[in-house]
Amino acid sequence: MIPAKLIEDVARELTGRAAIDIPGDYRAGVELARDRERNRLARFVLDHMLRNWDVATADRRPMCADTGLPRYYVRAGNEAAVEGGPVAVERALRRATAEATAAIPLRPNRVHPLTRVDRDNNVGVHAPEVTWAFEPGADWIDLTTVHKGGLFGTDYRMLFPADGIGGLKRFFVDTLVEHGKRGLACQPAIVGVGIGGAKDTCMRLGKEAACLRVVGSRNPDPVIARLEAELTELGNFIGIGAMGFAGTSLVVATHVEIAYTHTGGMPVAIHQFCLSSRRATARVHADGRVEFRADPLWFTDYYRREGVE
Amino acid sequence: MTVARLDDVRMAEVHLTTPVTDEAIAGLQLGDVVYLSGVLYTAREGVYRKVVDEGQGLPASVRALTNVNFHCSPAATVRPDGTHVVEAVTATASFRFGKSMSRWFERSGARVVVGKAGLTELAYREWFVPHGAVYLTTVGYGMGAAYGRCIRRVVEVHWLQQLGIAQAMWVLEVERLGPFLVEGDREGRSLFALANREIDRRLGEVYTGLPPYAMGRFGETVDRTSEVV
Repeated sequence: MIPAKLIEDVARELTGRAAIDIPGDYRAGVELARDRERNRLARFVLDHMLRNWDVATADRRPMCADTGLPRYYVRAGNEAAVEGGPVAVERALRRATAEATAAIPLRPNRVHPLTRVDRDNNVGVHAPEVTWAFEPGADWIDLTTVHKGGLFGTDYRMLFPADGIGGLKRFFVDTLVEHGKRGLACQPAIVGVGIGGAKDTCMRLGKEAACLRVVGSRNPDPVIARLEAELTELGNFIGIGAMGFAGTSLVVATHVEIAYTHTGGMPVAIHQFCLSSRRATARVHADGRVEFRADPLWFTDYYRREGVE
Repeated sequence: MTVARLDDVRMAEVHLTTPVTDEAIAGLQLGDVVYLSGVLYTAREGVYRKVVDEGQGLPASVRALTNVNFHCSPAATVRPDGTHVVEAVTATASFRFGKSMSRWFERSGARVVVGKAGLTELAYREWFVPHGAVYLTTVGYGMGAAYGRCIRRVVEVHWLQQLGIAQAMWVLEVERLGPFLVEGDREGRSLFALANREIDRRLGEVYTGLPPYAMGRFGETVDRTSEVV
């Protein structure tokens, strides 16, 4: 039986790590982008971003003051048991968010959408979001926190079978140009593309593809993996670099995830995880051991299952 | 001096102290790399709503202390003993506040705005140039830690209870806070506009072979050189 207090302690630790330490896979991708960038201004920007991550880690302060909308992804093994059940897990995550907001500190970003009232703790109605998934034959709990900025870089569009891959590429370019000019998306980004499902499914999958897959990972379907490579190449051919200066550094990686969809439609959502691509993961074992790791391993074979059973 | 191409910006390093003088402002060229020492304050929609929309008075000390407005919310907290902690500062996108800027300049005496992503050249000409104001953009947009390291102390905080930590007016003493880039100069020229003109020239080639959508979106622009800000 995993104590609920342990979930809370791990979540608080993850929140600090996410806010402060840039993931190594993304950093390596940005270093590559910097090395091939020929535009003086765009290169200047990337050099300073790399330095900023060093300062954040050395000083233990948030890499970006817009600490995003902290949220959690929980994958529970089918045999996992937490004292107090799933409700206790959700309560622990809300407590960890409020405590970490003051302790790190995070910026209290969460406000009522109409009154704009801020409780200064990043907790409120449907905040933080907690997304659940399950895994057969396991007794652990995987916890991942993601802190993603919320204003620019994302778009959704209902495309149709007649639009095909060409239409998808057009929407990809539209979105990257619209949010790439002036650097609104804080690129170079990990671009997540969700295709299919219902509208909310593709929004969710695109976001998870951006935030929960590491740079260098490929979709196991070779056709989709090829599309990922083509989209990355296309994005970096646009001619926009960091901060919207001319350049070649717009996309660090493209991750595509799909869901079976309506026979008449092809809904698509595009998300950009920014120069502060913040995520951190830990596995809490049934015996109370905690393992921190870099890869959220969110997209398991079971998660992408296709058949009836 | 007019800079015609992005490659031509001199990126000269400039050190400004607050309050920033008209003479110092006049010497700034697009793309110059700026570091700031002295005092600046954060003000964005919450503060503008109070001062510009509701007509509330600006704290007298602020106008006397500085003429630099940072479009920022800090990663900050108030400790149980009442002291303030600011660990990181990052700018928020400035185009959203464009309509407040002219009256804000009148009320605050601000001459330098630091923010994210700038405004259009039209906005600079209408709202900045008449007040002799310039715009500096933060770099990369996520340099919260490096900028945060340059904060020496929190001088004052205003409207903390009413607006919350993110929207309150934080008055900060800073030392060599930067780098920033000169994005909007005193004549209303914009570094981003320069970049966009170069980017737009290539877009025709980028879109070659990409088919039109099966279904359009009502009201959307189809002019690729127009911006959404």
